[in-house]
Amino acid sequence: MEHIRTPKVEQVKLLDRFSNKSVIGTLHLTATHLIFVESNSTSAQEIWILHHHIASVEKLSLTTSGCPLLIQCRNFRLVHFVIPRERDCHDIYSSLLRLLRPVSYDELYAFSYNPKQNDQQREEGWQLIDLAAEFERMGVPCDQWQLTDVNREYKVCETYPRDLYVPITASKPIIVGSSKFRSKGRFPVLTYFYQEKKAAVCRCSQPLSGFSARCLEDEHMLQAISKSNHNSRYIYVMDTRPKLNALANRAAGKGYENEDNYSNIRFQFVGIENIHVMRGSLQKLLEVVGTRSLSMTDYLVGLENSGWLRHIKAIMDAAIFLAKAVTVEGASVLVHCSDGWDRTAQVCALGSLLMDPYYRTIKGFMVLIEKDWISFGHKFADRCDQLDPDPKEVSPIFTQFLECVWQLTEQFPQAFEFSEWFLIQIHEHVHSCQFGNFLGNSQRQREVLQLKERTYSLWAHLLSEKQNYLNPVYSPSFAESHPVLEPSTQACHFKFWRNMYHQYDRSMHPRQSILKQVLTFKESNRDSPQEFGYWIKINLPLRPQSLILGAPLLSRKEVQQEEDEEVFGEEAREDAPASTDGERTVEGSSATENGYGELTGSFGSKNEPAVVTLEFGVARMTC
Amino acid sequence: MEFAELIKTPRVDGVVLHRPFMPTVEGTLCLTGHHLILSSRQDTTEELWLLHANIDSTEKRFVGSLGTIIVKCKDLRVIQLDIPGMEECLNIASSIEALSTLDSVSLMYPFFYRPLFEVIEDGWQSFVPEESFKDLESMTDEWRLSEVNKDFSLCPSYPSLLTVPKDIDDESLCKAASFRHGGRFPVLSYYHKKNAMVMMRAAQPLTGTNGRRCKEDEKLINATLCAGKRGYIIDTRTIAVAQQAKARGGGFEQEANYPQWRRIHKAIERSNVLQDSLIKLVEACNDQSHSMDRWLSKLEASNWQSNVKEILTTACLAAQCIDREGASVLVHGTEGTDSTLQVTSLAQIILDPACRTIRGFEALIEREWLQAGHPFQQRCAQSAYSNGKPRSEAPVFLLFLDCVWQILRQFPCSFQFNENLLIMLFEHAYASQFGTFLGNCVAERGKLQLSQKTVSLWSWVNRPQELERFLNPLYEPNNLVIWPSVAPQSLLLWEGVFLRWNRSTKCLDEAYQEMVHIIEYNKELQNKVNSLRRQLAQLETEDSPLQTP
Repeated sequence: MEHIRTPKVEQVKLLDRFSNKSVIGTLHLTATHLIFVESNSTSAQEIWILHHHIASVEKLSLTTSGCPLLIQCRNFRLVHFVIPRERDCHDIYSSLLRLLRPVSYDELYAFSYNPKQNDQQREEGWQLIDLAAEFERMGVPCDQWQLTDVNREYKVCETYPRDLYVPITASKPIIVGSSKFRSKGRFPVLTYFYQEKKAAVCRCSQPLSGFSARCLEDEHMLQAISKSNHNSRYIYVMDTRPKLNALANRAAGKGYENEDNYSNIRFQFVGIENIHVMRGSLQKLLEVVGTRSLSMTDYLVGLENSGWLRHIKAIMDAAIFLAKAVTVEGASVLVHCSDGWDRTAQVCALGSLLMDPYYRTIKGFMVLIEKDWISFGHKFADRCDQLDPDPKEVSPIFTQFLECVWQLTEQFPQAFEFSEWFLIQIHEHVHSCQFGNFLGNSQRQREVLQLKERTYSLWAHLLSEKQNYLNPVYSPSFAESHPVLEPSTQACHFKFWRNMYHQYDRSMHPRQSILKQVLTFKESNRDSPQEFGYWIKINLPLRPQSLILGAPLLSRKEVQQEEDEEVFGEEAREDAPASTDGERTVEGSSATENGYGELTGSFGSKNEPAVVTLEFGVARMTC
Repeated sequence: MEFAELIKTPRVDGVVLHRPFMPTVEGTLCLTGHHLILSSRQDTTEELWLLHANIDSTEKRFVGSLGTIIVKCKDLRVIQLDIPGMEECLNIASSIEALSTLDSVSLMYPFFYRPLFEVIEDGWQSFVPEESFKDLESMTDEWRLSEVNKDFSLCPSYPSLLTVPKDIDDESLCKAASFRHGGRFPVLSYYHKKNAMVMMRAAQPLTGTNGRRCKEDEKLINATLCAGKRGYIIDTRTIAVAQQAKARGGGFEQEANYPQWRRIHKAIERSNVLQDSLIKLVEACNDQSHSMDRWLSKLEASNWQSNVKEILTTACLAAQCIDREGASVLVHGTEGTDSTLQVTSLAQIILDPACRTIRGFEALIEREWLQAGHPFQQRCAQSAYSNGKPRSEAPVFLLFLDCVWQILRQFPCSFQFNENLLIMLFEHAYASQFGTFLGNCVAERGKLQLSQKTVSLWSWVNRPQELERFLNPLYEPNNLVIWPSVAPQSLLLWEGVFLRWNRSTKCLDEAYQEMVHIIEYNKELQNKVNSLRRQLAQLETEDSPLQTP
C-alpha cells in the first residue's frame, strides 16, 4: 500500500487502440489491480488490470489534452490512457513501476488471493491432479518400467520432480552416472508410455559430450530404454534444436549424442529455434498486428517476417514426427534440447496429445500441463516474468504450446472437450500469479514456497466453471475413430490466432459467436429434465437474448468480486445495458480509418457544416 | 449431331481416376457431347460426371504407352486420369480440349439439359423488375419505372425497365445516357427505407479532356437529393486512373458542375489485374512445398486478400454514407459493370436485412448482377488455370462472393443461407446446366431465348429439397445494419473455395453436422415445451370453474 501515492484519478480518457474512439472515466489504483471505470452510467464498462499482467508502462510526452500513459499487458491487452494532470500521471506511473516488479514471492497475488474457500476445499483443489495416477493410467510401473526413488530428496536433479520413472534395467549407478553427463543433471526419464506398442517417450537435457567425451552410464541408460521396448531394435533420439545450435554447444562442452557411441540409436535434428528467437518473433508479430490502419500487404509481410507461424509449424512438425515414430513404428523416442525444459516440453506434450485422446479432455489437458510443464520444471517464473525479471529469460514457449493445440482444434473440431477459451484462460493465469500452480521454476521451489498450503489451485477454479470452456461439438466417440491425430502440416492450414492475440480488441472479433450460440443450445438441451411438466414451471430453455457476442457465455458475476478482471467478466456486463435501453448495438468496423476515414473531410466550402466527423467504431441502430 | 465429329474415341476401359483425398477409381471413361463420365460400374463407388464447360485446361503426359491427362477445372479442382493406350489418350485429350472450348453459346449444355425434377416455380419469372418496383412504390412515390430502354438501343447492357427519378423525363434520360460510358446513365440501385436515402449506380461520365458537361445528367442525379442535402459520388478508381480515363473520352464529375456532391476515390482493381490475382492465389494454394514463408509471401503476392479488403471497405463506405451520414450515394467506376456492382450489392447486404435471406440474396444477384449487366459470359469464360491469352476474364463475381463470405463469417447468425450457397453460385457462374449465367446482359439473354430454351438456376435452388442444403441453422433474423470489420486480421482466406480440394473436410463436415444436430434438437425441445405449456394453460382454465364453487 505504501507504494500507492494517488489511489484515484478522475476524468481519465481511455483511447481505443485501433480507432479514434475514446471514453472518459475514473482510474483506481489498488494493491493488486489498476481499475478503469467508465463515467457514462448507462454503459459503464470496467477494465480490471492485474498488476502482474502488466508487461510495461510507458509515459509518453505531454499533449494538450493531458499526459498519455501506455500500458502493455502479457495477456495482449494494450491500454492507452490520457491523464489530465501530469503530476497524477507521474504518480500512477511510478506506483505501477514499483507494483509490477514484486521483489519477493510473498508479494505475488496468489498469496493474498482468497476465493472464500476453507482449507479442506483448498486441499481438495490441489489433489485434483495426481501424477502417480496418471502414470498408472498409462500402464506404468510395469514389467519394463519402474518408479525410482533416486531423486526423492532432489539430490540427483534439482529441477526434476521427486518421482521419476526409468527402465527396470537402469540401476542407480547408471542413473547417477548418466545424470552427471547431462546438463543440469536432467537424465533420461519416462514422460509418456504408449501402452499399445510398449513404446516410451523419454526426455532429458543435452549430453556433455563436447567434441569427444563419452559416458558409459549414459550409453547404458539409452540402451536400457531401447531394450525395454521389444517392438523396435532402435530408439529415436530427437534433438529439437537446429543442428547449428547443437554444434555450437559442443564448443562449450555440451552437444549431442554421437551415433557411433550409442548402439541402435537413430539421431535426428528437428530445428526448433531457441527462446531468444521465439521472444523476438512474438514481439515482431505483436508490433505488426498492433499497427493502426494496417494494410493487408503489411499484415501478410509482417506475419511472414515475424516467423511466428513458421515456429509454430516447426513445433507441430516435431510433435508429429514423435507421434509417428511411436504409434506407427512402435519405436521409443528420447527427446531433448539444451536444458530439456522448453522445446522438449513443447514436443513431448504436443506429441502425447496427438497420441492420447485423454489429453484432449479438460481434465486430461490439465494433467498433461501438470506433468510435462509444471513437474518437469519448465521455468514458468523466468519465462513468464513473474519476479525480478531477467528480460533474456522471458519467452513465450508455453504460449506456443497453447497455440499449437489451438491449431489442432481448428483442424479437428470434434476432438477436444474444451474450446479455445479454455486455452486462453490458462494463458491468462499462467501470467496472473493468482493461483499457485505456475509459480516458481521447479517442484522443489514450489515446495519451499509451501504453495499448496498458502495458495489455491487453478485447476479447481477452472473445473468449477467448466461449462464456459466446453466445446459443444466435442464427440467422445471421435477418439475411437481417431485415437491418433494426424494433422495436415501444409503451411496454408496454419492460421493467425486472432482470439488470443486480439482477445481484448473486440472490434476485430466476429460480431456473433457460433460457439456461444451452440453452447447455449447444448446447455439448454442437456438441462431438460425428463419431466417436462415440472420444467415448465421452473424455466424454459431460452434462446440467447443478445445476438451480439464476443466471448463465450459466462454467468454474470458480482461486480465487485476480485476475479472480475478475468477475460470475459466485462463483456458479460457490456451486453446488459444494450438490451435494457431498447437499443441494440453492433460494433462497427474497427479499422475504419482504412476506408471510412475519407469521409472526415468536409465539402469544398469551409462553412459547410453538413458533414460532421463520423464516429468510427460503434454504430448504434434502433431496431 | 455435330459433337460426334469431335469425339473420336467415345469410350475407354481401364481408366484410373486420381483425386486428392479420395480413393482412386478404376473404370470406364465415356465422353458425351457435354460430359466426361467415369464409372466403375459398381454400385458402391461414386461416378464422376464432369461438365466439359467446367474444364479450364488440360495437360497430358506419357510414360510408355500409359497416358495421363491432368484435368484442371474452373471450380479449382484438379483430377488425374490414367489412360492405357497412347492413341486413346491423345484422342480423349483432344476431344476434351475441343469440347471444353466451344465458342457458340447455343451449343452449351443448358440448351440440352432437361431437368429430372418438376419445375414448380419458374425461376425465370421469380424476380421481375415490376415486382421490386412495387415494393419501392409502397415506400416512396419519388421514382418511376421508365421504358426508355425498351429496345435496348439507349443502353445495350441495361434491362428494358429502369427505375429513375419521377421528375426526369425520358428525353432527359436519353441525353444523360449519351453522356455516360456505354449509355449507362444513373439509375436507382437501392432505397434505404430508414432515412429515405438512395444509392444509384452508373458508368463514368464522358467529360473527356475538355471537361464536357451535361445539364440533364446533373439534373438527374440532383433530383435524388432532398432540398439542402448533399450526396457522395464514390468513384471506384483512384484519382490517377480517373484522370487518365479523360484522355480516352471518359472522366469524372467536376466539383464545379456537381456542387452538391462530394467525390471519393477508391482503388478497386480492374479486371485483368484481378484475373492475375486469382491465378497467383490458386497457385499458392496448390503449392505443396509446406514452407511457411513461401506460402505467406505467395499469398501476399497474389494480392487477393488486399482486393477483398478494398472492395469490402468501399462497400462499407457507401453503406456508411447512406446510413450514418444520411446522404445519397452514386457509385461508378469506368464501365459500371464490375467494381460498381460489387460495391452496390455488398452495401445492400450490410444495410438491408432482406438481402440476407435466401430469396432476398437471389433477388439481389438477379437485380444487381444479371439485370444490371455484369458480363458473366466474358468474365467467367476461364478460371484460375487458363493458360491462353486472357481476354476479358475476371473473378469479379467470385470476389463479391468472397466478400459476402467474410461478412457471413463475422455475422454467422444474420444470414438465412450458409457458405454452400455461395460456393454453389461460384460453380454455376463458371459452368452450369442452367441458363441463368449465360450471356452478358438482358438483351443477349433475350436473343438467346434463354427463358424458353433453358432452365433457370433458381427453379432448381428454390425447391424445398435443395434449399435445405443451403439453410443456415444459426439464422436468427434481425433488422440491424451489420458493420463488418475490415482489419486484415478479421479477413480470412476463403478455405471453402480455395483450399477445398487440398484438404480433407471430413472432420469439419462432421463437426458442422453435429452443430446442426444440436440446434435442431433444441428446436424440437422448444416446440415440445411450447405445446406442453399450451396444454397446461388449457388445463388450468378447465380446472378453474371446478375450484371456484
